[in-house]
Amino acid sequence: MTDRIMVDGMSAPRFSVPLELRAVAITLALGALGYTLFPDDLAFLTRLISITLLVLSLDLVTGYCGVATLGHAAIYGVSAYVVGNACLAGHSDPLLLLLVGAVAGAVMGLVSGLLVTRFKGLPQLVLSIAVGQLIAALANKLSSLTGGSDGLSGISPGRLFGVYAFDMYGRTGYVFSVAVLMVVFVVLLRIVHSPFGLLCQAIKDDSLRARMIGARVYPRLVLMYGVSGVVGGIGGALNAINTGVVGLDSVGFERSAEALVMLVLGGAGSLWGALIGSIVFQVFEHYVSAANPFHWMTMVGALLIAVVLFAPKGLVSLGGLLAGRAASLLRRRP
Amino acid sequence: MSQSLLELRNVSMSFGGMRVNDDISFSIGKGERVALIGPNGAGKTTLVNVISGDLTPSQGAVHLAGVDVTALPISDRVDAGLIRTFQITRLFKSLTVAQNVALAVMQRKGLTRSMFSSPIDRPDVRLEWERALGMLGIAHLADRQVSQLAYGQQRLLDLAIGLALEPKVLLLDEPAAGVPSEESSKIIEAIDRLPSDIAVLMIEHDMDLVFRFARRVLVLANGKLIFQGNPTEVTHHQEVRRAYLGSYADARHAS
Amino acid sequence: MAWTALSIGLDALSYGMVLFIISIGLSIMMGLMRVVNLAHGAFAMIGGYLASFALKSAGVGYPLAIVLAVLGTIAIAFPLEFLLYRRIYRKSDELTQILLTIGIAFVIIGVANYILGPTTKSIPLPSLLSGPVDLGFRMIPAHRIFVMICGVCTAGLLWLLIDRTEFGIRLRAAVDNGDMAESLGIKTQILFSATFALAVGLAAFGGVVGAELLPVEPFYALRYMVTFLVVVSVGGAGSIPGAVAASILLGLADTTGKYLAPEYGEFFFYLAVILVVFLFPNGLLGRRH
Repeated sequence: MTDRIMVDGMSAPRFSVPLELRAVAITLALGALGYTLFPDDLAFLTRLISITLLVLSLDLVTGYCGVATLGHAAIYGVSAYVVGNACLAGHSDPLLLLLVGAVAGAVMGLVSGLLVTRFKGLPQLVLSIAVGQLIAALANKLSSLTGGSDGLSGISPGRLFGVYAFDMYGRTGYVFSVAVLMVVFVVLLRIVHSPFGLLCQAIKDDSLRARMIGARVYPRLVLMYGVSGVVGGIGGALNAINTGVVGLDSVGFERSAEALVMLVLGGAGSLWGALIGSIVFQVFEHYVSAANPFHWMTMVGALLIAVVLFAPKGLVSLGGLLAGRAASLLRRRP
Repeated sequence: MSQSLLELRNVSMSFGGMRVNDDISFSIGKGERVALIGPNGAGKTTLVNVISGDLTPSQGAVHLAGVDVTALPISDRVDAGLIRTFQITRLFKSLTVAQNVALAVMQRKGLTRSMFSSPIDRPDVRLEWERALGMLGIAHLADRQVSQLAYGQQRLLDLAIGLALEPKVLLLDEPAAGVPSEESSKIIEAIDRLPSDIAVLMIEHDMDLVFRFARRVLVLANGKLIFQGNPTEVTHHQEVRRAYLGSYADARHAS
Repeated sequence: MAWTALSIGLDALSYGMVLFIISIGLSIMMGLMRVVNLAHGAFAMIGGYLASFALKSAGVGYPLAIVLAVLGTIAIAFPLEFLLYRRIYRKSDELTQILLTIGIAFVIIGVANYILGPTTKSIPLPSLLSGPVDLGFRMIPAHRIFVMICGVCTAGLLWLLIDRTEFGIRLRAAVDNGDMAESLGIKTQILFSATFALAVGLAAFGGVVGAELLPVEPFYALRYMVTFLVVVSVGGAGSIPGAVAASILLGLADTTGKYLAPEYGEFFFYLAVILVVFLFPNGLLGRRH
């Protein structure tokens, strides 16, 4: 939420059209920047965007509803598999596939939500993990649908609007992904500032108090899980459409855990935080993890500890703090 | 007594083997102002939790406007107009002051399902949350984050949320406890100005406030309702003096 | 058929006992300190590595290797307790605990792999435990019987410790009501540190004696982390009988699943977990907090 960035009594802007325009401008600018910086590695950027959608999806339940989950990749992976199968079955229109992914994600999100949001604390965490592991075990077993450990390959989507082919340079895929991210981000900004979004944050803050203003907590959380499922499902669909392959890693525990790391790095409870966290993390990962995956693990661990100790609200709060300092310095000038 | 809005019938509440509320019955009618007093550990807050639905009583029933609500979830009781405030301030700390109250208004109006529109600035909604904040004199804090409020201001906000829900029965759990005098006078004023037809049950330790506010006083000791009557009767009742008021009288005497 | 069932039962029991020895420390920590410690498995792994080193490189005997592994793991874990875990006892929210402890687990995995490499480290058994034992209807590795004895002894000794000693009385008082225990003059910080050491020591012990069933390699910490957490959740945090029951039950579910439908991997295990946790959110024998 943007007003979390504001500090020191600066009043929060009420939700208005400019915020959406700003979001459009920023996503487009980031898209252009990415294209300039990595013109030969658009595949990396499209993958980054797909994971960013997973992190945004996670933010909705973890950042806005306070649900601690380590099984969110189930949504992303199931959607990717469903989209892959739909494409292999001959439904290759990219927009249709995106819709298929959103629906699959929504169903998976609602089912997860029904199981995971019923309780708080340890049972919640264990249920979230168990759902993730259950899906992972299924994906491994149902190899006729998932390709097992070889992955599901040969997914080739048709032309976008019947015109633009998903070529080997990945330009179509990249522009498509940026546009999808932009639309999703703007819609999510609306949702988190809507009464429904505010109520979810209220439930996160104090669920008993929320009940005492008349809120039905469980149905609200399940519904938010459904919304989160749509977003994660779109991310999974983009993954299948852009890479043409869906592997077991897309439902795995590591994927869930990494998404959580990205979210807290950027700042849970802020859509900007989810965006910043996933970009920073993945660009960093792009350069470092290739060198040595195990050093990478040590670094991620150390990073997590550092974030918890020194920046529990993520990069986005540090940014806000700096902005606040700068502003007060400017004010102090005669 | 006029039509009963809140009625407890033989309510008992036990934790493990401990009986915290023991066979409590009373009823509160439209427009009544009732205080619930008793020493610490008498079971007052537990009783409020039972009435509001946070706890299910071990025995007995709670009736709201003639309807048995004992088995109903909290949210249904709120819809029926049973509203409470909290002894320890419980607010939505990641929202602004205005959003805290507006959320209550929108919840009552059934607008919190809305996912894409933002009715918080709709005139009818805005008017209501502004009025609730205004009644407690904190309208100027509307855009603040809750975490930036002083304790007394938080208590005022807590009450504002309660008022925004348009209670028929209002449970106030020590509304002025620990609040600096400037804010506590605002709280007392707001309580004085509550719509005359709602029923109010207030837990309070401050006997001056109790005598100012209540027409009837319920006395709880060791989980039992040992006496009810008007404030004058209560002060003259031997058992009550022994159980509770003794200390109050002594304190008065000392000061 | 009956022999098969008995055979599965024996395997399940020995596997369950390993789960119990490792998980009970986590369970006590969760019951008392309310810490979701996702690095618990990492401490079991450290115990395994230390024992392997002591046996193969330092050439000490098996019993001494166990003692060294337990003490060594506690020594390694203590700075972490002092610097990190103390911040998250009881108070902090769950997400913080998850992130901090998973971060610790990642660092331990990364460091272990850097120093010791990705291969599985064996823990050679003494000759007494390495042979098979004939039970009449089947042969069973003597080691499995040893594991079961270890499990029973651990449960018994823990029960004595918690039920019969001064430490146990304080522990129970603090579990029931931390604030009140504090006001009665029980030094909760010291109690917490002692409990942490106990939990880590048990994890290391389980890591060593269970190494035949849960092989020691860098990803051990992540691979079984979920399993240990599940045992605690199903048993109920802080309950010894709960942890025993959950360990045996989950050992049975896992072993049976692998016998009857190996191609489904852990599907039935997690299905059982979902059902049990959803129906008994506070654990089979746990109490509400």
